[in-house]
Amino acid sequence: MNFRYLPMTEADRREMFETLGIDSVEDLFQDIPGNIRFQGRLNIPEPMAEPVLTRHMKRLAEKNASFDQYASFLGAGAYEHYIPSVVNHVISRSEFYTAYTPYQPEISQGELQAIFEFQSMICELTGMDVANSSMYDGPTALAEAAGVASSVSGKSKVLISRAVHPEARAILTTQAKGLGLEVKEIPCHDGVTDLEELEAASDVDTAAVILQSPNFFGNLEDLSRVEPIAHRHKGLLIVSTHPISLGLLKPPGEFGADIVVGDTQPMGIPVQFGGPHCGFFAVTKKLMRKVPGRIVGQTTDEEGVRGFVLTLQAREQHIRREKATSNICSNQALNALASAVWMTALGKVGLQELAKLNLDKAHYARERLSRIDRVEPLFDQPFFNEFALRLNRPVAEVNRVLFKEGIIGGYDLGRDYPEWAGSMLIAVTDMRTKEEIDELARVLEGLS
Amino acid sequence: MSEEKALIFEMSKPGRTAYSLPPSDVPSPEASERIPEGMLRETPAELPEVSELDLIRHYTELSRRNHGVDNGFYPLGSCTMKYNPKLNEDVVRYAGFAQIHPYQPEETVQGALQLMYELQEDLAKITGMDRVTLQPAAGAQGEWTGLMMIKAYHESRGENRRNKVIVPDSAHGTNPASAAVSGFEAVTVPSNEQGLVSVEELKKVVGEDTAALMLTNPNTLGLFEKEIKEIAEIVHEAGGLLYYDGANANAILGKARPGDMGFDVVHLNLHKTFTTPHGGGGPGSGPVGVKEVLVPFLPTPVVEKGGQGYFFSYEFPHSIGRVKGFHGNFGMLVRAYTYIRTMGPDGLRQVSEDAVLNANYLMKRLETHFDVPFKQACKHEFVLSGNRQKSQGVRTLDMAKRLLDFGIHPPTVYFPLIVEECMMIEPTETESKETLDHFIDVMIQIAKEAEENPEVILEAPHHTPVKRLDEVTAARKPVLRWQKED
Repeated sequence: MNFRYLPMTEADRREMFETLGIDSVEDLFQDIPGNIRFQGRLNIPEPMAEPVLTRHMKRLAEKNASFDQYASFLGAGAYEHYIPSVVNHVISRSEFYTAYTPYQPEISQGELQAIFEFQSMICELTGMDVANSSMYDGPTALAEAAGVASSVSGKSKVLISRAVHPEARAILTTQAKGLGLEVKEIPCHDGVTDLEELEAASDVDTAAVILQSPNFFGNLEDLSRVEPIAHRHKGLLIVSTHPISLGLLKPPGEFGADIVVGDTQPMGIPVQFGGPHCGFFAVTKKLMRKVPGRIVGQTTDEEGVRGFVLTLQAREQHIRREKATSNICSNQALNALASAVWMTALGKVGLQELAKLNLDKAHYARERLSRIDRVEPLFDQPFFNEFALRLNRPVAEVNRVLFKEGIIGGYDLGRDYPEWAGSMLIAVTDMRTKEEIDELARVLEGLS
Repeated sequence: MSEEKALIFEMSKPGRTAYSLPPSDVPSPEASERIPEGMLRETPAELPEVSELDLIRHYTELSRRNHGVDNGFYPLGSCTMKYNPKLNEDVVRYAGFAQIHPYQPEETVQGALQLMYELQEDLAKITGMDRVTLQPAAGAQGEWTGLMMIKAYHESRGENRRNKVIVPDSAHGTNPASAAVSGFEAVTVPSNEQGLVSVEELKKVVGEDTAALMLTNPNTLGLFEKEIKEIAEIVHEAGGLLYYDGANANAILGKARPGDMGFDVVHLNLHKTFTTPHGGGGPGSGPVGVKEVLVPFLPTPVVEKGGQGYFFSYEFPHSIGRVKGFHGNFGMLVRAYTYIRTMGPDGLRQVSEDAVLNANYLMKRLETHFDVPFKQACKHEFVLSGNRQKSQGVRTLDMAKRLLDFGIHPPTVYFPLIVEECMMIEPTETESKETLDHFIDVMIQIAKEAEENPEVILEAPHHTPVKRLDEVTAARKPVLRWQKED
């Protein structure tokens, strides 16, 4: 079998052996002691030629039910939205995707400028002063934000709403063990954070109050009432958000949030089974030097021409080692680029139009589905593009029926909130048509 | 002459669009009828307004101001800048991989689960470990995951006092940083004159408080830690565990396995060893493999195979919990899987043999022109010191900038920290002998210039879109975003 990624010919290798004065490549592995040198062949499958492998991969892909064949009402943190064709064309330029982190700015101006523009767009969206170049995803960005809050406040207790994505809370719990944080969950009332409970739990030891809006149930939190509670005892307000909602909704920055996080996945990144997506991390100017990860800054070259560099690196692990603000090294740069291209394509007007489409379709769906016998809204709150319905029957069962009718149903809330077993979280994005929503209603009606 | 490129915001003109949305097919009253006024945005976000061609020209121009592996040689040490196969890029875009949701019922994503299961198995075989989690998003996240498992392991044995993680002075910066965010104290162990972990010094720092030793093998100097068995015994004897930083795994595929060396936890960087593209800084993927003793602590869910097909298992009562949203960077898993199926067992072994051969060839041919701090055979990378050139008035940074004039990405510079004026060179196996010979010629020319005409190096780069940038001002007076002028 030949290997098309390996250019060395036998003649090349022999010439190189001669230069090195060796007889075989084994001579170069003599420093690996015999008792740990691997003998034999790795027990992994034999190689496949390109056409055979292509067929194999197509078969594997075909074993998955994709949005191409099914109308999906699944959201819960990962959403199918419109992706203009240009996005994939730009990120397929290999000058971008085959490059490393831009350590050599003179030959990385393209990446650096694109990320500088990304940071600017995230600041615009969130109403914040500074954004970094990306994090792994929304949930890990949220956990890092808790770490920042603890380190700037010198306090270790964080309050997190139970209406924050369950996976984000789970990651925070894992992270808290390493950072020595105490995590206290604040219960919900009618699908939003119970502010009385929040107020009661907040005290001088509180490093941060963490909320999500639109929250996991799709409902909008009243950030104007949360902000004074968060700041009363000099803690930070951390808000996780859905970026497309900010085409319509007042950004967390305008409510006084100190750190705004979330995932740019809805903006130009395929759902792809949950990753890679792209976390964003935006802060007030005051926290600029506490931000984890890479940041691009503007400067000039020797001739006075504008250029861009990685900056404020004194925060980072390769300089500060154990004293760094975070251990993050690789981020999600290519996905940040995808989102920057997406935000450029949609632009100032398109983003508002798209957000409005989401709002309208989701509201139509909620109204239409609520008319079905034994189906009722679980909450009564303002919401963006996702809402919860009480179906009064096992969600998995309902989803099996829907699947047969070409529909991927919503998220089973009972998975993470036992008290709401039999309720479904339904996302209706710009990709769903009235026809598909009516079809969903028709199938659900058949169940009643 | 440097040339400025307009920001996308500076190209914006109201009325231009690069999107296309259908008209609403449902009732569309004013948003204020559905959302309380106080929650609605008053000032729209200042996103650019450009046409589709404006957009494409902008990003095409930016791409031309960027250097990737596809543009030319990229011997960036410890980063394994090998070729990123195009087939992998095609496959990951199949709707059956790109357009599926992580919360779909398992029976509707059997292909994805099968791929993840098989990849777990392959990576376990390659590293000699018992089980693998694919959840971590990158190497550093893998390190944190591994260390949190080590922490949970010690705690399960009532050994909460083990609060120190030992790292060699040649370690990647992420190692001590990961130790810190996992709640450990990082303790540095110095290298000996051969560039290897000093066993004597190790014995001094190992003790009852040792949680783990983190080691890269081959290390960041490109040298194999020959005494690894003894090192492992010392650490295990003291009750600690061994963590393998897989950043340099490209040297050992099919030649040696961390599991056989005595390591208990391993992370791999799929974006290094297994060809997933670096993407200008990410996304990566950092699967973690563990020995049986750590299996109960794996993050959940783990993909398993049962009578009904593949499924997510949450049956790990001592799990450290979740480390990453959903199921890890699945798109990178698809690429790595495709690569492993392209290469097979013999191909992967050939990868490491060629990677090591290439590095040794470069080192040999450059040894008379630059200082070589460690003269023994290297593995997939090696270090040079620019000390000789420094005495001629040219620093390693200057030589790095001079390489840019030849369309070559410089090596990693000033790392590891223990070598003065360090250049860390990793050619990878996907480069031809002609490319290596060209690089050698250029390096020799630069060495000659340092002797005869240092100005040409000091003034480099000469042919890049911008000249050297003022990084000091960038950090002192940070401008981190564009803002609309009033």
